[in-house]
Amino acid sequence: MSVRRLADESVQPASFAFSEENAAWAEKRIAMYPEGRQQSAVIPLLMRAQEQDGWVSRATIESVADMLGMPYIRVLEVATFYSQFQLQPVGTRAHIQVCGTTPCMLRGAEDIRAVCQKHIHPEPHHLNEEGTMSWEEVECAGACVNAPMVTIGFDTYEDLTPQRFEEILVAFRDGKGDTIAPGPQNGRRFSAPVEGRTTLLEDPRPRHAAPESGPVEGDADATAPGRKREVTEEAAPAIKGPSEDGKVSQAEAEAEHRKAAGPATRKPSQAGREGATGAESPAIEKTASKTGEKTKTTGRSADEIRTPEAGDAPMFARPEGVPDDLKLISGIGPGIEAKLNALGITQYAQIAGLSATDRERVEAVLNFRGRMDRDNWAGQAKALAEGGVDGYVRVFGKKPR
Amino acid sequence: MLSDQDRIFTNLYGQNDWGLEGARKRGSWHGTKDLLDKGRDWLTNEVKASGLRGRGGAGFSTGLKWSFMPKVNDGRPHYLVVNADESEPGTCKDREILRHDPHHLIEGCLIAGRAMDAHAAYIYVRGEFMRERHRLEAAVQQAYDARLIGKNNIHGWDFDVIVHHGAGAYICGEETALLESLEGKKGQPRLKPPFPAGMGLYGCPTTVNNVESIAVVPEILRRGAAWFAGLGRENNTGTKLFCVSGHVNQPATFEEEMGTPFETLIEKHCGGIRGGWDNLLAVIPGGSSVPCVPGETIRSAHMDFDGLREVGSSLGTAAVIVMDKSTDIIKAIWRLSAFYKHESCGQCTPCREGTGWMMRVMERMVRGEAQKREIDMLFAVTKQVEGHTICALGDAAAWPIQGLIKNFRHVIEERIDAYTYKSTSDGAVPSVAAE
Repeated sequence: MSVRRLADESVQPASFAFSEENAAWAEKRIAMYPEGRQQSAVIPLLMRAQEQDGWVSRATIESVADMLGMPYIRVLEVATFYSQFQLQPVGTRAHIQVCGTTPCMLRGAEDIRAVCQKHIHPEPHHLNEEGTMSWEEVECAGACVNAPMVTIGFDTYEDLTPQRFEEILVAFRDGKGDTIAPGPQNGRRFSAPVEGRTTLLEDPRPRHAAPESGPVEGDADATAPGRKREVTEEAAPAIKGPSEDGKVSQAEAEAEHRKAAGPATRKPSQAGREGATGAESPAIEKTASKTGEKTKTTGRSADEIRTPEAGDAPMFARPEGVPDDLKLISGIGPGIEAKLNALGITQYAQIAGLSATDRERVEAVLNFRGRMDRDNWAGQAKALAEGGVDGYVRVFGKKPR
Repeated sequence: MLSDQDRIFTNLYGQNDWGLEGARKRGSWHGTKDLLDKGRDWLTNEVKASGLRGRGGAGFSTGLKWSFMPKVNDGRPHYLVVNADESEPGTCKDREILRHDPHHLIEGCLIAGRAMDAHAAYIYVRGEFMRERHRLEAAVQQAYDARLIGKNNIHGWDFDVIVHHGAGAYICGEETALLESLEGKKGQPRLKPPFPAGMGLYGCPTTVNNVESIAVVPEILRRGAAWFAGLGRENNTGTKLFCVSGHVNQPATFEEEMGTPFETLIEKHCGGIRGGWDNLLAVIPGGSSVPCVPGETIRSAHMDFDGLREVGSSLGTAAVIVMDKSTDIIKAIWRLSAFYKHESCGQCTPCREGTGWMMRVMERMVRGEAQKREIDMLFAVTKQVEGHTICALGDAAAWPIQGLIKNFRHVIEERIDAYTYKSTSDGAVPSVAAE
């Protein structure tokens, strides 16, 4: 815990009053809690006061205590306990809260802090010379995927670089903070991967399906986000249906689902969603066909999630001779090795000789887009095929694995 | 691999309308009355059957938790409290639900409220999520205006949703501290028993659930428990929002099937580890409170409750913090110690004093300015904090350090060696050399 005290008497204002609008809001807020439990509104009220004045003064605490019929000490306790309350004046134009906890630190929060120290004040909670800016380091602000980030007022500025942050800071200092769009600063959309979504894809994109891995998992149309396209029941079996059994179990699952969800689920306006729900979902179909009744369903085992179905014809002709230890290639672990073997790949030379199309097919099965090129499997395999471990050391300057 | 049809949070990236209109198009508020009419027991049993485990970190069965609420109303109101005080470092999943799929949560509140005989839900949003809170408040207002909730609503179950907020205290994510805070006090955890299900908010029976646990419920019920139970592995069913931060090429939040191997998560959604898999040092797989796992161990681990327990860690909130070999692992863990020191509520002595003590020792170890025997002493102290406090914050502060010592003791020792190597014969280290 940290020690937090009220600001020095010299800066404490003599009185505090909510603006008319805020006073009306406060009255409504207090009424939201059950009779006799008005104390619950203490944090919202203090926060509103801080939004109005920028910080929480002794007069604010006393005024809020009077509104809620609380002893002053109880409100003082709350104000000093919760670290979001500023107990001393902050910059009039911006108070910058830099997140410094590990996820942000890993991505460079210390450089962001240094920018604050350079432009505002070496110490946190101090005003700059003009009194327009102040900063502090806060604990995790809950935008870790978009690290590093700062909070200014209501908004967060995410995915920062020191240069970009410097621009933002200067804009706020010059009173032009509203020219900066909040949110991620590197062009990504909220918390989606920067190079584009990997799920909920908007553009119907055919799923890469290895021919031997059985039915295609879902149609591109049905996977479009928002699910505006209707998936008709005629189309659904066509998407899925590998075998008659599958269709039967699907029909069963569908019927059961209908029964469970009631007649309302058939409303045409919901057809798109309905089509996309339980009925033709791969999981329910799988479990329904497996157990025959949905109450007995249990989770699939780990292996079932990823391994190609047993009995699949291998993609490549399995070569004669002793299989190589593919795990020596950096990027291949026991799991991937097993999958490659299932595809018929057992030797280094095969990996080294894969064409671009074959690589794509293999990656589709492994579900690792771009992995083979990124880790240079072909190069590693070539070295291993030609000179074994020694050859690998000669080319890469280190032992494999 | 999870297909898009099986994803629950279909507006995760805000690519569509978050409002009521858009939510309805995506299936929310559809047939809710039919679900509610099936009654309390059916709802609870169905959620139990789905195998849904609480998404806030502990992984306790959500349906079972609901069933702890008194069956007979003794005159006191029942309350549902939703824990949206998401402050665990690394975690930012609830934020996406609050700002992009708020109606999932509101509908979930109504259903959960029915299942526990509650007519009011309080959603406690962390203070820092201001825009998210405003969004949620707007969504609640939409639901009131459309008479989906409120008195005499179209679902026939009077229900109020009140959005409350905190003010930057991590500890308020602990359920009893959250209740204290909601009552307008300092957020200091309560002793249990009595448990909240018997005596919670305002002394009334209360259940506290994580945002994600509640928000997935409507979809589970609509599609059937079997659908959810069919995803993932046994005892670890369903889908989960993962937030991957740190040294990956593309940090992201996404929904994936429970039990997906770590390697798949990273390759498929995050563009791989920065600098390749050889460059992976360690991973904190479930938010700051869980022990870190060395890179080679976690590679093939299944990302669910049991899969991560096998590698000596825990799923927590599924907030994956990835560290590559450029990371100063001691410093990374020290920063977590600083976090816990800052966030300790000060109620129990082992935690209040221990977190500060551990942070100061860690600070010296970052520089290597320590004795090797102090590593054992630090470990012993973490053991004395762990389990000796009212809430789990003491444990949470101890585990990262224990994980560090178990897995990276050699790094600490090397750091100490590098420091003492510079010392003179009388033991003093020239201050210049220390830098």
